[in-house]
Amino acid sequence: MSEAAVSSGALAPDISSDIRAARSHLARRFLKNTLGIAALAVLVLIVLAAIFAPLLTSYDPNAVSVLNILQGPGAGHLLGTDGAGRDVWARLLFGARFTLAGALLATVVAAVLGITSGLVAGYYGKWFESVSSWVTTLLMALPGIVVLLAARAVLGPSLWSVMIIFGVLLAPAFYRLVYAAVSGVRNELFVDAARVSGVSDFRIIARHILTVVRAPIILQASIVFGIAIAVQVGLDFLGFGDQTIPTWGNILNDGFTNLYRDPQLVIWPGLAIVITGVALTLFANALRDELEHSARPSRRRRAAVATAAAEPVPPVSNTIVHDEPDTATEAPLLHIEGLAVGYPQPDGSVTRVVDNVSLNIGRGEVHGLIGESGSGKTQTAWSVLRLLPSGGEVLEGSIQFDGEDLSKVPSAKMQDIRGGRIAYIPQEPMSNLDPSFTIGSQLTEPMRIKLGVSKAEARARALQLLGQVGIPNPERTFASYPHELSGGMAQRVLIAGAVSCEPDLVIADEPTTALDVTIQAEILDLLRDLQQELGVTILIVTHNFGVVADLCDQVSVMQKGRIVETGPARSLFANPQHPYTRSLFDAILDESPARGPYAEVLPR
Amino acid sequence: MTEPLIAVDNLVVEYPAKGLRRDPFRALKGVSVDIRPGETVGLVGESGSGKTTLGRAILGLAPVTSGSIRFKGKEIGSLHRRERRALSSEIQVVFQDPYSSLNPSLTIEQTLTEPLTVQKMPKQDATARVRNLLDQVKLPRDALSRLPREFSGGQRQRIAIARALALSPEFIVCDEPVSALDLSTQARVLDLFKEIQDTTGVAYLFISHDLAVVRNISHRVAVMYRGEIVEYGEGDQVTTNPADPYTQRLLLAAPVPDPVRQEGRRNERRAFLAAQAAAS
Repeated sequence: MSEAAVSSGALAPDISSDIRAARSHLARRFLKNTLGIAALAVLVLIVLAAIFAPLLTSYDPNAVSVLNILQGPGAGHLLGTDGAGRDVWARLLFGARFTLAGALLATVVAAVLGITSGLVAGYYGKWFESVSSWVTTLLMALPGIVVLLAARAVLGPSLWSVMIIFGVLLAPAFYRLVYAAVSGVRNELFVDAARVSGVSDFRIIARHILTVVRAPIILQASIVFGIAIAVQVGLDFLGFGDQTIPTWGNILNDGFTNLYRDPQLVIWPGLAIVITGVALTLFANALRDELEHSARPSRRRRAAVATAAAEPVPPVSNTIVHDEPDTATEAPLLHIEGLAVGYPQPDGSVTRVVDNVSLNIGRGEVHGLIGESGSGKTQTAWSVLRLLPSGGEVLEGSIQFDGEDLSKVPSAKMQDIRGGRIAYIPQEPMSNLDPSFTIGSQLTEPMRIKLGVSKAEARARALQLLGQVGIPNPERTFASYPHELSGGMAQRVLIAGAVSCEPDLVIADEPTTALDVTIQAEILDLLRDLQQELGVTILIVTHNFGVVADLCDQVSVMQKGRIVETGPARSLFANPQHPYTRSLFDAILDESPARGPYAEVLPR
Repeated sequence: MTEPLIAVDNLVVEYPAKGLRRDPFRALKGVSVDIRPGETVGLVGESGSGKTTLGRAILGLAPVTSGSIRFKGKEIGSLHRRERRALSSEIQVVFQDPYSSLNPSLTIEQTLTEPLTVQKMPKQDATARVRNLLDQVKLPRDALSRLPREFSGGQRQRIAIARALALSPEFIVCDEPVSALDLSTQARVLDLFKEIQDTTGVAYLFISHDLAVVRNISHRVAVMYRGEIVEYGEGDQVTTNPADPYTQRLLLAAPVPDPVRQEGRRNERRAFLAAQAAAS
């Protein structure tokens, strides 16, 4: 304890600086984006020029001088003077103040209205959700420019009132974004956990929900800001704005009136508008790029990525092979030799998730590939199917299937083998059925393509298969859609699909993990019966020793991308030799004693 | 007999069905459970059995239609949000999914100090308490400044346990806390739960679909099926020699990690199912 106290004192400064570092993670990456940082620099320059306008020019932007009409650039006037003899440079600088402030006003109004209503509607739902969605739809249906022109007619040419109204019209842009994000986050467990921790609703919204949506809000704000500038300039250019103040639109309007007498006058406001617009767009794009990079890694594929901080595991050594009781004389159906699978990283290195894996699976054998998450078992199975996630590739080794190297056959040939000679049973039955087609059409289509049978023949065979996999009413299931089935039924359908094209090898990836234990038992029975009936070879990937014990003849244990122990199931279960295999067996709870009865504790 | 810490009596939870004149969905149909201080009651059942709903009802996250939930003799079934918040220091939760139960954009320190600052604990005390919690769940100190995505599933679950322990609660609802974990990690996290219980005297409602997990950690076990508790008794007895036919079916369905004995259990299960079919 004392040692811990000492070390904690020493660590304290590091920790606080680390927290800041984690918070500025996005900012730091953004700083590495050259285009984004350049756009940001331009925007900052423009804002600074607007703020310090009086320091950058000595002219009054509204000082009319009849003597100095339409003077070219140079002399006393940096960019010359306009049709009323006003200094163009001064008007541009002070114009930036009005133009940017107007656009900012519209953006703030839109953001405040849209974000608050989006947060409330997304978090609480109920009647507010219906009303705000209705209002949003109405606002979006209104033609913006027409509303603004009507408002001008009623309220007079005021930049601020027009921008406030435009802000209201733009509020749905924020509302929809925030509402979608919040209603996605609302049911996340960390929000529930915060509620159980006694955190008030206000704090949950501010801390847990706003942090998740803040980045897209910044992105949306820069887009809305750009739109506000464009609309404001457009109105002023058309002469509907307040002519008494310098805005970029008014300057452009004046330049346009004098187009034939002094064409360069339209260039300066035009440049200011274009540069600001382009900078805003590039800034928003750069921000979006960085945001998408930081998106959460998908949960399903996390096995593919080497975990940053894995729990400790014993060191890896060579494969331990249990001797076969009678060595098979026949050549194995699947012979994997020295397989290595890797994912190239952006920095040029390759993350190896499977390394030097060799595996023999004889005809009619049920082979279990067992391991924990990240052990490479699923990667091995996927490389046999040649369905590695994008970026993954077989680096070394061969996959001999019935005398053919699957890692080398052309993809068209592989297309034939997959689904035909090698079938696949996935882990999550529901997500592997297309919700918009009936079970029947999803079962018959592969048969018609792979076996070339007629529609009627395929239908008859599908019905027979559905009966074979234990579906009580094949006709009804044939005509139903995936959502009408339970998880166990859906898995039966997928098993029927897998064996429909008379495969030699079935690869089952955690086929019972997503199912309840009573359903799991039924599916295991079904797989065993089908295997015996059809004599098919099965490679089953699982983390469950019970499943292996129930079904498998042979078993291989994987750890960190290698096979550490392999052999007949009975021999391996009776006498596990590798320390890792033993540690797994020790962790099995089925064998552990029950907790025992409750002993009364003294109240605290 | 010790006074129960939590007493759930004839609890009914209904969720309104979409559409007019539809009967509401009844997730719990009159459930009664009691948990004593420092005790673990395991709640086992299959998906849709209502076991998670019972946990959420105790936490105030599910609507109580009728029946009562008493904590230390006080009714907590239908409290307002404000009153409910006062209970946060006594009743806590650890969820199943270690990936969505931690806010991805908050550092571990921010996540762990949140419940403490809500209780107005001074910042210095909160920091000390958080360090202490990390020791308790056996995570390194430098974990504080990191984000959840830098941790493995088992480590995230330890963080979630630390958050639950922050306010020294007397009762924790554990909703499938080890189901998403690897075998060896699972065993270590279960040991951690037991160790914490031994040192702090906290009581658990331990929800799981896995009979072996529940057997390992529970003093008593309740088996749920379709919104009802079908069997409730001493852990050893319920998980090795169940009386209820559903519990028997559940037990026989779980494969034994031994090819020889599993063959025996498979035959036993088939005989049992055949006998049941013949009886009905």
